[in-house]
Amino acid sequence: MTRLLLHEIGPGASVQDRGRPGYLAQGLSRGGAADRRALLEGAALLGQSPDLAALELTGRGGSFGVDAPARIALTGAPMRARLGERDLAWNASHRLAPGETLSLSPARRGVWSYLHLGGGIATEPQLGSRAAHFSMGLGQKLEAGGTLPLGEDPGGEANRVLDAEDRFGGGEIRILPSAHTALFPREDLERFCATTFTRDPRGNRQGVRLAHDGAPFATEGQLALVSEIIVPGDIQMTGEGTPYLLGPECQSVGGYPRIASILPADLPRALQTAPGGTLTFAFVDPEEAAREAETEEAYLRRISKTLRPLVRDPHDIPDLGRYQLISGVTAGRPDNGD
Amino acid sequence: MRRTMPATERAPLPRLTPLGLDGILVTFGDTLSDPANRAALAFRAAIEEAAWDGVRETASSLCSAYLAFDPARLSLAEVTERVHDLLARRDWSAEGLPARRRRFVIPASFEGDHAPQLADAAKLAGLDPEEAVAQICARPLRALALGYAPGQAYLGSLPEHWDLARQKDLTPTVKEGAVVTAVRQVIVFASTSPTGWRQIGMTRFRCFRPEDAETPIALAPGDEVQLRPVSAAELDDLAESGPDGGAEVEVLE
Repeated sequence: MTRLLLHEIGPGASVQDRGRPGYLAQGLSRGGAADRRALLEGAALLGQSPDLAALELTGRGGSFGVDAPARIALTGAPMRARLGERDLAWNASHRLAPGETLSLSPARRGVWSYLHLGGGIATEPQLGSRAAHFSMGLGQKLEAGGTLPLGEDPGGEANRVLDAEDRFGGGEIRILPSAHTALFPREDLERFCATTFTRDPRGNRQGVRLAHDGAPFATEGQLALVSEIIVPGDIQMTGEGTPYLLGPECQSVGGYPRIASILPADLPRALQTAPGGTLTFAFVDPEEAAREAETEEAYLRRISKTLRPLVRDPHDIPDLGRYQLISGVTAGRPDNGD
Repeated sequence: MRRTMPATERAPLPRLTPLGLDGILVTFGDTLSDPANRAALAFRAAIEEAAWDGVRETASSLCSAYLAFDPARLSLAEVTERVHDLLARRDWSAEGLPARRRRFVIPASFEGDHAPQLADAAKLAGLDPEEAVAQICARPLRALALGYAPGQAYLGSLPEHWDLARQKDLTPTVKEGAVVTAVRQVIVFASTSPTGWRQIGMTRFRCFRPEDAETPIALAPGDEVQLRPVSAAELDDLAESGPDGGAEVEVLE
């Protein structure tokens, strides 16, 4: 069995897949990748199932190797990726040979980055998923010097790139009503939609704090609410009236009022907004939102159509002086960068 | 996409509340009551039984049933209509409890370090600590809902003088197995985590057993839990007895 070698790995890294739907009744939220679109993009690049697990990285990145030839793909928040001395394109697949070192350094934009492997990461599933949910005792903590087993890769293409949607700059997020929306005064709902929120440094897979100037948001009798079902993407007000955007590891029920719930299509962008980035919210028509909702499978098909061979960037070719370059050619660079 | 501000009036109970793009809550009470909880459990079971095409998942909370649907297969209007039809079929608050419920009698210590806030909680309930323990253990409590952490049961309801507010400041950590109380309910903690509830005892019962592929979650909504007081020394002996922590289980007919 091929193994991924974790030479260095930053805190916050974990194995993730699409999570554990179906356990809400028993108190376990879905969990899974913070950026579900990035999982689909990895599956498209490697031509494999979107149910396979990948490595979710945040913060410091890490450096990695393999003990047998492997295919890899890089998606999510763009990091600087190097294979030895060579820069690697993001949103692309590559080949990694034993003895080579893949180094990923901190994301320039966004929060969550993904390293996918041909055959997927093949740790033992728990409750039907390989997704780590550390606060619930699921999954293993990853440490430098450790290894992860990989599934068998039937082989396939590498050196391919796709057009991923740019979702690392914050912006307007579409929302729908949640459990307690009707308890907020109308003027507070309007003020909520007119406020620009800044993504606070305080945040993790459970939730992200949103800072704002101005009065707190509260409902009447909010400390006496009966605990109610929570879904990822809900925006919850704490006791002091500060919004928290709830992530994949949110609790399954809670008693703080929730003002709105983010459209699944916009949740990756909301969670990928880095500290200091700004977000605004707009309530949209629920019927229209449901009609236009794109399933994850449909997104996978859509981005798969943008797959094309990766042409090496001239900047990456050593001894560039020997080549005659046509002005303006930057072939193959994925266009989701800065 | 067209923008629209949501309504800010609440419909009368039982009430349908959309929860995001693909969820609906069917709420039977705005405060916890036995009829509302029975209705939530029974209505969730009825949705499960109906097995509508396009329903992905169901759950219940203290006073609501929840269903998640696939918008590509079931429209919000359609699912709303079906839920209304089902609601009209009977008086859900008069429904009985789920069949084949179980009763767990779980040993718990209310001594020393196992009960750091027992005196505090007892005083708020207007009792001395011995009376408080006697009342907590006097009769079985029902698992009203599971949540917060996997398999963690909200057990209730205690008499009215146990309507203790949550603490303003969270206790940074209570351990898995801890017995905590607030708002006329008791919880045996399923994971080590912070809480605003007061810790009054300790068990060795594990609500969540991720290593057990067959039965990772011990309790189901509707099950009964009765705590049986034991000494701190007896509780220590139970640490090695397995995930049930010495609990006895019987099926209620």
